[in-house]
Amino acid sequence: MNENPDTQARQIMDNLTLYYGPKKKFIAICAGTGCRASGSLKVKEALEAELKKQNLSEVDVLATGCLGFCEKGPMLVVHPDKYFYQHVKVEDVPEIISKTVARGEVISRLLYRHPETKKTLFREEDLPFYKKQCRVVFGQNGMIDPARIEDYFAINGYQALGKVLAEMTPEQVISEVKKAGLRGRGGGGFHAAVKWEGVRRAHGDPKYVIANGDEGDPGAYMDRSLMEGNPHSVIEGMIIGAYAVGSKQGYIYVRNEYPLAVTHLSIAIEAAREMGLLGKNILGTDFSFDIQITKGAGAFVCGESSALFASVEGRAGEPRAKYVHAVEKGLYDKPTVLNNVETWANVPLIINKGADWYNTIGTEGSKGTKIFSLVGKINNTGLIEVPMGTTLYEIIYDMGGGIPNGKKFKAVQTGGPSGGCIPESLLDIPVDFDKLYEVGSMMGSGGMIVMDETSCMVDVARYFLEFLKEESCGKCVPCREGVRRMSDILEDICAGKGREGDVEILEAMGKAIADGSLCALGGSAPNPVLSTIRYFREEYDAHIREHRCPAGVCKALIAYSIDAEKCTGCGVCVKVCATQAITGEKKKAHSIDKDKCTRCGACIQSCKFDAIKVK
Amino acid sequence: MVNMMIDGKKVSAPKGAMLLESIRGAGISVPTLCAHEAISRSGACRLCVVEIRKGNRTRIVTSCLYGVEEGLIVDTKSERVLNVRRLVMELLLSRCPESDVLQKMARDMGVEPQPRYAADQDKGKCILCRSCVRVCEEVVGVSAIGLFSRGSCKEVGTPYNEKSEVCIGCGACAYVCPTGHIEMTSTGDKRRIWGRSFKMQACSKCGKFFAPVDQLKFISKKTGASMEELSVCTECR
Repeated sequence: MNENPDTQARQIMDNLTLYYGPKKKFIAICAGTGCRASGSLKVKEALEAELKKQNLSEVDVLATGCLGFCEKGPMLVVHPDKYFYQHVKVEDVPEIISKTVARGEVISRLLYRHPETKKTLFREEDLPFYKKQCRVVFGQNGMIDPARIEDYFAINGYQALGKVLAEMTPEQVISEVKKAGLRGRGGGGFHAAVKWEGVRRAHGDPKYVIANGDEGDPGAYMDRSLMEGNPHSVIEGMIIGAYAVGSKQGYIYVRNEYPLAVTHLSIAIEAAREMGLLGKNILGTDFSFDIQITKGAGAFVCGESSALFASVEGRAGEPRAKYVHAVEKGLYDKPTVLNNVETWANVPLIINKGADWYNTIGTEGSKGTKIFSLVGKINNTGLIEVPMGTTLYEIIYDMGGGIPNGKKFKAVQTGGPSGGCIPESLLDIPVDFDKLYEVGSMMGSGGMIVMDETSCMVDVARYFLEFLKEESCGKCVPCREGVRRMSDILEDICAGKGREGDVEILEAMGKAIADGSLCALGGSAPNPVLSTIRYFREEYDAHIREHRCPAGVCKALIAYSIDAEKCTGCGVCVKVCATQAITGEKKKAHSIDKDKCTRCGACIQSCKFDAIKVK
Repeated sequence: MVNMMIDGKKVSAPKGAMLLESIRGAGISVPTLCAHEAISRSGACRLCVVEIRKGNRTRIVTSCLYGVEEGLIVDTKSERVLNVRRLVMELLLSRCPESDVLQKMARDMGVEPQPRYAADQDKGKCILCRSCVRVCEEVVGVSAIGLFSRGSCKEVGTPYNEKSEVCIGCGACAYVCPTGHIEMTSTGDKRRIWGRSFKMQACSKCGKFFAPVDQLKFISKKTGASMEELSVCTECR
């Protein structure tokens, strides 16, 4: 403890607790980007109008950030009872207000029904999706309107900053974060405190603090949802980090295609400045720090640190060799701390609750929780926050609710496009930085794409390599030319033009590209190919040697036919077929002209009798 | 001075030097395409990779950008190194099948074209090493050319591929281009480069056309020397 606690800072902080968050009775409606797209803002307006109509002025409506269970949006939680309603429509609003809000009665049709027991579940924490989660970072979303700094105060917001400024030296802050074992959530898993220490010690002025919000993995949106839903947690973390390393200027790098995140961050920064939490002489101390938002144009490579610096500096987002680390020469060649937004959001928690508490969550080498975006062939699409060390099985089956339509699980891709595909036999591994790396994948920023038996692993590798080919910055030869050539070969294999020896060529290329590329994009680009070859080699062989796509995905290798025994001749498929490939007499088995068929799959979806077969 | 072990030889090098220079200084050849003494290093071609060992860890680095370090153990011909170099050469050969420079280099390295890659027809001899872009920015100081697009679509050119107003026709880009991709033709009092025609200045003494008028004007503006002074070719000066 500092011997001379800064009493002024302490006093200001005490005053902050006088601010009120939402009233005791409130409805938290998810207004994250996903739920907005399914109409949650209209529901919110209807809630406000109905409350007015029914004269219930003691109830607040809180437009919160993402609540996580995106599959069930628009969703809302009625406090203080915490009743969880899913797929809420404007028409449901009068009843919600008159029954649940006014009289505390639940509306059972809006409740979540357990898929197996068929029992309706009342509260958020009862749902299997939420039950095993540990939502210490992301759970705060449900208690705040991200545009109201008062709501953040009401959940102890900025108390960690107050504590740091009043009671702790920068060294003590670093040592607490070190003790907590906080590792970077952006993918690398580097120890945050080691970076901070490096920058604190580095010569060079000014020093910079940056939050990396350039989330670019297909299907991943946890960073977006954190910036949208709880921008102050990121900002508070950054201010604490800046105090620890001795920085006066920070940047939040966020892609322009995240407009809501940009808006909420801007509002939050402005509000923090007005409250004296950002800017000159923060909380009356002699510590000054401010944050600027830098909007990126959405290049995947700009998530890489040196490319991000180039982009912030106004140059093309291209990485450079990092033999001199960013802690010494980062942004503008000055000492720079770059951490992912989720890493920053963990910092206030560590300060408030202490490293010892933080150490109780997670595994030996990976402490705390991790937010994952669970997408693909999974029943419960959404964002989950789990303790490090949770098994993939628990994530996919307990929280994710398993695979839809009774299909069989095949693989889960973790770590974004340059991560790897993990097969069923490894579902019992605990998810942490080191374990995922061991099995040929990585944590990445936390994307998880689940695939079932109808996913072709060669096609999956082809898809990701195509993405990476587009997103390679084009600076170094192995990545620019090598990923393109790998993508060409995969394209060939999926088109039935694969050649004997292709797999060996891909493996050799993959190793050399990983070794020879300039940055982590090229360094990890071969992962989807190498991991699918490692675990699903037989699918490659089937494509190349037998010209067969076992999952029935690669169009050049499959044919549609109609099972005459199952076909009732209803003619529905005839109507949906865009190329008039299906013919037949009414009430008699139909047939498909293979030359006309484009294998679009429309007939399969339309057939109620499961009569259309893919071979 | 720092002491290192390179391919089993003891080598010492001045602090601050790059590995590439110390390796070559020790008489060991390392292929490069994008390292040129006139310009900064970019690490784009990846041919100069070597494997370094520090303690128990080994790592592939580009020797053109990696500073010398005390006690470093360097292997310039390890299997991993040769695999990266072979991949780079194969990829460049299929990108620029017409380049005689690359073909000779590949022959020297014992690398054959990889038949699995279809040869590109539209890339010319450009390997995107960006030597031209760097020389134009760093040495000439006009930045008439740059890189545009991303990934495999990346190209070098003038903005919007239009005639550059700032280009002075000096030809430094063509001079540093390792594969001879940049076309520059000089006939009589005209020079053509990057789609633009430049009027050449005749030497006021010998009458030989020796430099574009725009380049001399640029030098005059930069240095304060008069156009009369500059209108004498270097041989007659």
